[in-house]
Amino acid sequence: MKIVVCVKQVPDTTEVKLDPVKGTLIREGIPSIINPDDKAGIEAALQIKEMLPGSTVEILSMGPAQADVALREALAMGADKATLLSDRAFSGADTWATSSTIAAALKKMEFDLIICGRQAIDGDTAQVGPQIAEHLGLPQISYVEEVVSVTEEKITVKRQFEDRYHIVEATYPCLITTLSELNKPRYMSVGGIFDAYREKSVTLWNLESVKDTISMENIGLQGSPTRVIKSFTKQAKGKGVVHEVDADEAVSIIVEKLAEKFFI
Amino acid sequence: MEFGLSKEHLLLREMFRKFSQTEVKPLAAEIDEEERFPTETVEKLKRFGFLGIPFPKEYGGQGGDYLAYAMAVEELSKVCGSTGVIVSAHTSLGAAPIYESGTEAQKQKYLVPLAKGELLGAFGLTEPAAGTDAGGQQTKAVLDGDHYILNGTKIFITNGGHADVFIIFAMTDKAQGTKGISAFIVEKSFPGFSIGKKEKKMGIRASSTCELVMEDCIVPKENLLGREGEGFKIAMKTLDGGRIGIAAQALGIGEGAVEETIHYVRERKQFSKRIAQFQNTQFQLADMHSKMAACQLMVYKAACAKQAKEPYSDLAAMAKLLASETASDVARRAVQLFGGYGYTREYPVERMMRDAKITEIYEGTSEVQKMVIASALKIN
Repeated sequence: MKIVVCVKQVPDTTEVKLDPVKGTLIREGIPSIINPDDKAGIEAALQIKEMLPGSTVEILSMGPAQADVALREALAMGADKATLLSDRAFSGADTWATSSTIAAALKKMEFDLIICGRQAIDGDTAQVGPQIAEHLGLPQISYVEEVVSVTEEKITVKRQFEDRYHIVEATYPCLITTLSELNKPRYMSVGGIFDAYREKSVTLWNLESVKDTISMENIGLQGSPTRVIKSFTKQAKGKGVVHEVDADEAVSIIVEKLAEKFFI
Repeated sequence: MEFGLSKEHLLLREMFRKFSQTEVKPLAAEIDEEERFPTETVEKLKRFGFLGIPFPKEYGGQGGDYLAYAMAVEELSKVCGSTGVIVSAHTSLGAAPIYESGTEAQKQKYLVPLAKGELLGAFGLTEPAAGTDAGGQQTKAVLDGDHYILNGTKIFITNGGHADVFIIFAMTDKAQGTKGISAFIVEKSFPGFSIGKKEKKMGIRASSTCELVMEDCIVPKENLLGREGEGFKIAMKTLDGGRIGIAAQALGIGEGAVEETIHYVRERKQFSKRIAQFQNTQFQLADMHSKMAACQLMVYKAACAKQAKEPYSDLAAMAKLLASETASDVARRAVQLFGGYGYTREYPVERMMRDAKITEIYEGTSEVQKMVIASALKIN
């Protein structure tokens, strides 16, 4: 089976700190990582490859040249191939332009199963995966929290809902979006890292590579219908208080707090 | 002159660091306290390729280099000196002599599983009466038909209680002195081979340091490593490489102590100030960090020289001498900056201080390193 995993390199937001004076995010020196939901997607693909010998795992990312390291990391985890879609013309893309561009690249690739992470920790839109499926006319299953079974013919997954889950199956080709809770991604292996740089390579695609499968109106900033009206830094809340008490006492503390804030 | 790490080595460092922080650090205090060899960690080290970093893929290794190996030992030792030396002794002392001096058959039989981490390696040179004077070997090996019979005792053997394969040195011709010493590949299951007492140590308490006893131990003739009489040469060459591993271990312990101290002084308040605000704290840490950074250059240089097949024996000795003595000093100063808390086992710096000390002693004491360096200088 041919699996393509779409990944995004994001700033490690767990490392982002607030400047206490300016109230803005300190971005300097923040390491870049593979978006956690996407990394779970890579792990899921590698597990499927182990279950179905002969399968291949290919990684696709759109981003600046620095995203190369995220792709090398995926290769070092065990992916077979990686492609980086990178062109100045793609920059400033919102989810529509991003999904259009990635879908244009996917039209040039062979796949049975496409895996995307549910959402990126820097944008939190959860739109790109589903949009790619729409562009390609594929069935999609989002919010996958467990891969129940997988064969050469179909995949069966548990889809997370707020108060329940659905067991859904789809035949290929199809697209799923994965949650980081799905699995614990493996470490890169030492030999995998050497292979990622010495034996494997990252294929670079630019606008030229996809221009026959995309309309120019759908790329980059110009192709992005999203308009940001205002952006602001969220005020950091003070640290909460943890009470380790039994249920009765907990109830009285909560009631007291709610009364204090005039909710009741 | 290139001082920057390649992209490949930067990614390796990230992986070594993440693995060490997530898988090794949470166990470090517990295994030290219990003097327990972390078999569960060794299993993970095997899975992610830590046990054969510098060996070619055709021999089961990761196809990497000595710099990557030194960096792995460094990152592991930042959080646990015991785990660092498990990898170092296995790689440099157990597997490397077979890679460097073994026959093709010996490499296939022993190096491949060692480099894959399926077997754990160790090295038996030291004896009760042959420490720094390694030439004074009492263990004897006598050829008897198609096998050798070994008799003698080895002490202070790192990984001793858990290794599967040992490189054992023994006299085959006492009259020849050091030229009468030979090296053997000995499996733990060979008849007449047994593990003796386990040492109770000051530091690296989770590392298994044992006595090895050979009583009419039968070793097949084909397990002679190199030729008869080449043992001492093999031992010295092996220790040259091993020093890079121990220097990297010392480097990691010292760097780990600096990291822990920086973290602590930012939190600890005295006289209504965080102690990080006192200039003494800042100057101490600036000094400690600078010295460890200098050691890092020495260790990496020795590792790169070995990789490039350049002479590196004096570089490795200098790296080990400086890194081990600096790590001991830095760890001691870290405890001082922690004050009373540093002396308790609640914080890791007292363990680091205990762990650092051994790096000045094993695989050649600091005095031995000075002998090697002086000899390279041709002073006498």
